[in-house]
Amino acid sequence: MLRVIGARKPTPLNQTASIIEIRNVGYAISGRPVFAGLDMDFPRGRVTAVMGPSGTGKTTLLRLITGQALADSGSIVVAGQELCGIGRADLYLLRRRMGMLFQNGALLTDLSVFENVAFPLREHTDLPERLIRQLVLTKLQAVGLRGAAELMPSELSGGMSRRVALARAIVMDPEILIYDEPFVGLDPISLGVILRLIRHLNDALGITSIVVSHDVQEISTVADAVFLLSGGKVAAKGTPQELRSYPSEIVRQFIGGLADGPVPFHFPAPDYFGELLARGEEP
Amino acid sequence: MIEELWESTIESLVGLGSVVRFLLRLVAELPRGLMRIDLVAQQIYNAGALSLVIIMLSGLFVGMVLGLQGFELLQRFGSEEALGTAAAIGLVKELGPVVTALLFAGRAGTALASELGLMRATDQLSAMEMMAVDPIRRVVVPRFLGGVIAMPLLAAIFSVIGIYGAQLIGVQIMRVDAGSFWSQMRASVGLSDINEGIVKSCIFGVACSLIAVYEGYYATPTAEGVGRATTRTVVTSAVVILFFDYLITAAFL
Repeated sequence: MLRVIGARKPTPLNQTASIIEIRNVGYAISGRPVFAGLDMDFPRGRVTAVMGPSGTGKTTLLRLITGQALADSGSIVVAGQELCGIGRADLYLLRRRMGMLFQNGALLTDLSVFENVAFPLREHTDLPERLIRQLVLTKLQAVGLRGAAELMPSELSGGMSRRVALARAIVMDPEILIYDEPFVGLDPISLGVILRLIRHLNDALGITSIVVSHDVQEISTVADAVFLLSGGKVAAKGTPQELRSYPSEIVRQFIGGLADGPVPFHFPAPDYFGELLARGEEP
Repeated sequence: MIEELWESTIESLVGLGSVVRFLLRLVAELPRGLMRIDLVAQQIYNAGALSLVIIMLSGLFVGMVLGLQGFELLQRFGSEEALGTAAAIGLVKELGPVVTALLFAGRAGTALASELGLMRATDQLSAMEMMAVDPIRRVVVPRFLGGVIAMPLLAAIFSVIGIYGAQLIGVQIMRVDAGSFWSQMRASVGLSDINEGIVKSCIFGVACSLIAVYEGYYATPTAEGVGRATTRTVVTSAVVILFFDYLITAAFL
């Protein structure tokens, strides 16, 4: 059975129900609008999933929430801190209260598993080596990889890498834990382990989890709430059950995995027959 | 045509400005970087110690070629005893810093650029940012410092081995008088010659390391992008080394 040792309930810095508030956010990449008038609220202490077809800006949303990109307009407040116009020092202070699991784990390849998990502690604290060792082993035990502490990242499978990255993400006891496509490329067992860890760490550590994914079935089993993004806006929000009966074509297409619908099967192109019968000109 | 030339010039100037800004950021972080002496020492080992074999071998062969060519040339004027002077000045002032820098760019520079590029492509730099760790301070500055410190040391080793190679050919094989070889070298090679070599190797060290970390850090996060960054590191370093070599040589005359 999975046990999390050393769990704690963080003292909330502000008492609002939402730990992340996004208001009327606009953002464009190379002149192409990704978001226009985006409004979202992420409730504190819950697992919230962000889903949507590819290219709808899910990862961009994470970049905005984590301050890796700045919104062109609107306001993003994370744990009481407005991100628009935030300074580098304040942003780094805020990030110490956040953890992020990257799609590929993003482990530092020149460090062992142990040193990867110890990395944030060594960089941000002056804790004695004995305490660092205890903390690291505690987190590795929580993800079931205490026995792999001395391995190098190149010796790990994809699922193991993500679990190590998860241990690293929680080693500073963050308030917010962000998962970017955590299920991509995982076998069913690893996928089950990651799903269980998301729910268990969220409840045991009292953190807020944000999971970006398009694995509808999997994420429905752990998410308390779901946002479905489409066309730069929130197309639907609610519990996974509510989304299944949501009266919207895009939601039906996405949840049902339909090949054609509001998100067309064909990339926009000139008339098919016209192009086939055209003479002499290269496409 | 003129418009393209103008655009290309503007683009180059913007690129140069970006490099200078990056250098200023590195310089601003240097004091903090020096406090992480363990990280710097690791990078001196990576850039310096791991380049030793190629530098020593190249130094030996360059010195031997210098011994052969120098002997053949000086013999025409009956002054083969000056071989020691010719080899030492050629190596200390010119070949040592320049060839070492070219080899350094090829081995350590490409390693730095591809390592940083791959760290970018695999989100390791973004992960550091997300852990509130500045990748410039934690990753780039130690690598830059390691290169800057290693390069003059490698150039010195190259010159010493090169002089030994010239001696090997000139004295041991071509039978130039050993006393003349060494005494003429001691009498003719001054501190200013050595200073010129030191200045060159230091500047080349800064240039090569800066180009490598800049190209790697800003590499497009794809396999092709990392490949391009690595190629650009070698090509840009070679051109910059030869350009600065001319400038410094002219300045010391």
